[in-house]
Amino acid sequence: MNKKKSIFQLLTEKPWEKDQIEADNQHQGQTVNLSKQKLGLRTLMAASTVLFSLFIVAYSDRMLISDWKNMPEPWLLWLNTGILVISSLVFHMTTKYAEKGIFDKTKNCLYFVGFLAYSFLIGQLIVWYQLMSTGYYATTNVANAFFYLFTTIHGLHIVGGIYFWGKTTSKFIKRTHKKEEINNLIDTCAVYWHFLLAVWIVLFGLMLSS
Amino acid sequence: MSDEYEHKLEAKSDYAGDASSVSSPDIDSVPDAELPDQELYHSHSWWTTYVFSQDAKYIGIQYALTAVGTGLLGLVLSWLMRIQLAFPGLGWLDPGAYYQFVTMHGMIMVVYLLTALFLGGFGNLLIPLMCGARDMAFPYVNMLSYWAFVVAVLVLLASFFVPGGPTGAGWTLYPPQAITAGTPGSDMGIILMLISLILFVAGFTMGGLNYIITVLQLRARGMTLMRLPLTIWGIFTATVLAMFAFPALLVGCLMMTLDSLLGTSFFMPAMVSLGETLTHEGGSPILFQHLFWFFGHPEVYIVALPAFGIVSDLLSVHSRKTIFGYRMMVWAIVGIGALSFFVWAHHMYVSGMNPWFGFFFATTTLIIAVPTAIKVYNWILTLWRGNIQLSLPMLFSLGFIVTFLNGGLTGLFLGNVTVDVPLSDTYFVVAHFHMVMGIAPILVIFGAIYHWYPLITGRMMDETLGKIHFWITFIGSYAIYFPMHYQGFVGVPRRYFEIYDSPYIDTSTLLLNKFITIAVLIVGAAQLLFLYNLITSARLGKKSEKNPWKANSLEWQTPQMPPEHGNWGKELPKVYRWPYDFSVPGAKEDYIPQNQPPSEIVGAKVEKT
Repeated sequence: MNKKKSIFQLLTEKPWEKDQIEADNQHQGQTVNLSKQKLGLRTLMAASTVLFSLFIVAYSDRMLISDWKNMPEPWLLWLNTGILVISSLVFHMTTKYAEKGIFDKTKNCLYFVGFLAYSFLIGQLIVWYQLMSTGYYATTNVANAFFYLFTTIHGLHIVGGIYFWGKTTSKFIKRTHKKEEINNLIDTCAVYWHFLLAVWIVLFGLMLSS
Repeated sequence: MSDEYEHKLEAKSDYAGDASSVSSPDIDSVPDAELPDQELYHSHSWWTTYVFSQDAKYIGIQYALTAVGTGLLGLVLSWLMRIQLAFPGLGWLDPGAYYQFVTMHGMIMVVYLLTALFLGGFGNLLIPLMCGARDMAFPYVNMLSYWAFVVAVLVLLASFFVPGGPTGAGWTLYPPQAITAGTPGSDMGIILMLISLILFVAGFTMGGLNYIITVLQLRARGMTLMRLPLTIWGIFTATVLAMFAFPALLVGCLMMTLDSLLGTSFFMPAMVSLGETLTHEGGSPILFQHLFWFFGHPEVYIVALPAFGIVSDLLSVHSRKTIFGYRMMVWAIVGIGALSFFVWAHHMYVSGMNPWFGFFFATTTLIIAVPTAIKVYNWILTLWRGNIQLSLPMLFSLGFIVTFLNGGLTGLFLGNVTVDVPLSDTYFVVAHFHMVMGIAPILVIFGAIYHWYPLITGRMMDETLGKIHFWITFIGSYAIYFPMHYQGFVGVPRRYFEIYDSPYIDTSTLLLNKFITIAVLIVGAAQLLFLYNLITSARLGKKSEKNPWKANSLEWQTPQMPPEHGNWGKELPKVYRWPYDFSVPGAKEDYIPQNQPPSEIVGAKVEKT
């Protein structure tokens, strides 16, 4: 029923033609074959991507002005990046276990992901502390201000992810929902984790390369 | 009708993958629902029913009332400004207060009234009903969206009561002056404004998520995208624009908040203020302008596209005629939406930029006039030889076409760099954007309220009061804005609280100011008449029939009118056609609702969709 159609095909349908009427009457009312959570997440990721892109544009534009002084990248940032990579990998494993229906392993993996996410946030705060104690305040140079801004916005995205991770985990442990429903939620969270990893790598790469 | 369905089995064979559809020869056949019915939240207490409601219809009304309430404040502010402009001798407002009122009037009208009313109000009310859904996709998030909006409004209003008052930086909030001493409200006022905008964007994102997912995924069976009413197309496309445009506002607001609170230098250049060198260094004010207008121009279409959609439906229903060029209308909506992201710098011709940059944006601005003109032609061709009912919604729609055309034409002038430079910052610009983005959408809003009022209350609004309201509003707004075009040509600058004895400004121009102010007061008073009508008709208005305008779209086909919680009773509707089958030759009734099965249509010679 849900034959894949491009936007162009959808927009050039002729709803008054006989064949099209027949086809349209069979339509189930869903445009893409995705759960509403997954499509909702994609919508939010699109909006988030625009947000981060605009930050990056602002960063690149502001960088050209002569008062720009690059900030050192503490080695701890590499560690945090590593934590984020591992948490993304573990989440990927979680979805595989959940698909196979291995309850214990899925549960442990979910807990581990949560632990890693909190560690990442704490790690970022420590980086902030280190930078501030060595005199790199937001007001000292705009490059520092951008660093604090990026880490804050990215961190807030992680906090949002932790909220939904918590809801999903508690639903999973209570076993109140059907397997397909809960797996859909776990998959959705995992996609979001990969997205936040990608965003971080782009932001970190941008700050490293400039 | 009959020969339509003779080839049914042949046509079906194209869909061989779908086993259920081949079996039945019945022309009404629609396959069984493959998707489960939506789980519906049922409220249990007074609080969850009337305050923290999760019913989209109710949220829509909450949104609309909050937006209109805020908009009334914007209206009163415009009276105060106009009295100052007409009678500067009274010493009515000092320059600071004038700036503050200009700023708050602009921001309230654009963001807190029009955006909230079209998307939050009409979006919530109409999307589930017109798509044939029971509710929005995420009702809880929808409720949060409304309450975030309420908090945003409260923060905005709070700025009137803080030391220094609200910000007076103009609705564009350009740094550096927005956060520099000397501008009214440069400490607390601007911070509250920025926080309020950030909250608005957060709230809107939650609402917008709902609108997009509901339109895409929760439609009734048989409701393809190309069978949707144009209202939904307008609201949907505007929502997509908003999801991409509001982040730019968010970025600008966040960075300016930091500049102001922490003293960072994102937008603030090194400068001397009141004899003191500020600590800021190297910031780029132009960067803010780009961010602001990357949001600001799509914002114009976030307001205009729902108006386009709604007015298309009103014109079709009230002239009993199929909308002319449905597909072209959809394409125009989508095309305008896409193009609206490539025209922003035409707001910045005098900010200083590479001439080629201006050339590029002048070109794109002229290109966007093409799909817009297509829409205007199609509206007129819809009316052509239609059975035009001069009901209130029709009157307002006709008023919209003329006003929008008017404002659009002056937009063509202003889109050209060479014409814009002398006219920039004059009343010509003020007249242009009030015509195209103020009066035109407001006329659609009035038409839409008169049209859908029975759907909400089950009663009709008073026709006579409505006609008085229309004529005063329509003629009055021309009395206000036509003279402003002339003032602009003469060179009267905008944003001045008084023009003193400027030798180049004639006394007749000053007399025009008095004329405009009197017109403003009269038009404003007429809106009180509308409010009176709106409130009293809810109890005293004539009881409405089930489908008072004999419209086809699904919102009028609910089992109860006004629709109940869950909208559709036990069975979700099934859709067999688009919503524009009016005056089908031979059919007994001059309208065929979208969910009427083909077998029940009496006597139609051709069954168009």
